[in-house]
Amino acid sequence: MDLILEGIQKAFFLIFTLDAEVLGITLLSLKVSGTATLISLFIGISVGTAVALSRFPGRQLVVSLINTGMGLPPVVVGLFVTIFLWRNGPLGFLEILYTPTAIILAQAVIATPIVTGITLASIQHLPANLRLQILALGATRVQMVWLLVKEARLPLFAAVMAGFGGVISEVGASIMVGGNIKGYSRVLTTATVMETGRGNFDIAIALSIILLLLSFFINAILTQIQQRERPR
Amino acid sequence: MIKWSAKRGFTAMMIAALFLIGMALPACAAGPAQKNLILATTTSTQDSGLLDVLIPVFEKRTGYFVKTIAVGSGQAMAMGQKGEADVLLVHSPDAEKKFVAEGSGVNRMIVMHNDFIVVGPPADPAAIKGAKSTVEAFKKIAAAGSLFLSRGDNSGTHAKEKGIWKAAGINPEGQKWYQETGLGMGQTLNVAAEKKGYTLADRGTWLSLQAKLGLPILKEGDPILLNVYHVIAVNPAKWPKVNADGAKAFSDFMLSAETQGIVKTFGVEKYGGPLFFPDAGKPEYD
Repeated sequence: MDLILEGIQKAFFLIFTLDAEVLGITLLSLKVSGTATLISLFIGISVGTAVALSRFPGRQLVVSLINTGMGLPPVVVGLFVTIFLWRNGPLGFLEILYTPTAIILAQAVIATPIVTGITLASIQHLPANLRLQILALGATRVQMVWLLVKEARLPLFAAVMAGFGGVISEVGASIMVGGNIKGYSRVLTTATVMETGRGNFDIAIALSIILLLLSFFINAILTQIQQRERPR
Repeated sequence: MIKWSAKRGFTAMMIAALFLIGMALPACAAGPAQKNLILATTTSTQDSGLLDVLIPVFEKRTGYFVKTIAVGSGQAMAMGQKGEADVLLVHSPDAEKKFVAEGSGVNRMIVMHNDFIVVGPPADPAAIKGAKSTVEAFKKIAAAGSLFLSRGDNSGTHAKEKGIWKAAGINPEGQKWYQETGLGMGQTLNVAAEKKGYTLADRGTWLSLQAKLGLPILKEGDPILLNVYHVIAVNPAKWPKVNADGAKAFSDFMLSAETQGIVKTFGVEKYGGPLFFPDAGKPEYD
């Protein structure tokens, strides 16, 4: 119990004294996971909407794959991204293994199916007649898609939160592709693992608390935007 | 009005997203790649904090950017075998010799040593404290069926532990009292403390954790427990992409008088004794 209290004290100490290292780690976590989430939003919303609005042979299989991808284990992603990014691997020429960029890539791979799956479900959940109505009112196809996405924005914000929550809390892929390099590719989760290994439980608890606070504030902001309008 | 702002929020987010991705792209391209040096090393050098002291000095002096990947010695050498690391700092002599003999590594140089210790619960249920040797202590643990935590990760410590079991003529794998954590040294010590088990540890990591562990040293000072660290460059003839100049610079740095001086005094102030003993230029122990 003392340990937890010490950890909480340490967390506030580190936050209020603006400890340079902890601040750097926190900002990097935010930047990396934020960028990964944004990439996953672009791919996920486009693919999710496209699949939701189209009918083609093998569609069931595609949807099943997307839904499976929503539970993609981060370590599996980490392993494959590492192998691809090795110097002598297929994408070795990029020379991005053990960089924050590699973490962004791995996290985007993790978050994209989550966003795609939720988008797919929410667009498909819209009443079918809405589409016909929009088209009947003379909208172009692009306008129709844009209106549908806007109509589904409430669950889409849930997709953002699920995607971001999935990657900011992820450790397996980050440590494998980022290498947990001090002052460079060390994020909150990998730092927590390392400090636990070093027996610095107070710092580990402090980092965990910072991670929770960060998650909370991001989600609070997103919820604020999401709930501005009451669902009809 | 309210509805409009919600929509605006959504659009603003999309624009912000585009903007951020635009910002991230140039960041990807930054940083000259040839300046990067991948150091694959053991968890003990990172968990003890030694590298946090040495790496910044090296970077400042040479301008290289060191990517320290702290894994077990076994994995470090596996990275070297694939040309995915430039230089290794490891402590698994038998595997290292094989690594050099097969042509994966060059210029293997002795850097420093400390020793392994056998730690366990203060009650010492297998009564290993009176054992004449480490091998005998391991026999006693097996005979008593007391819990033993193995790293189980092909690290240098794990290799040493397997060597001692072999010398004792015991195959512990699959035994109920023998558990493999598959974790680093620090974490394995924590598991041993929590489960009141015995384990083999390097003194450096144990010293840096001992205040919180409650796992006293039960066996030490046996020649079999010597723990030697070497620096090895990955063979550039085999892997052209390896940063050979950087590896050479790192080797030279580790063997320099100044670095050896830092190694000698590292941890003295905090733990009351050195964690590592410098060995550069000395003959091999075996």
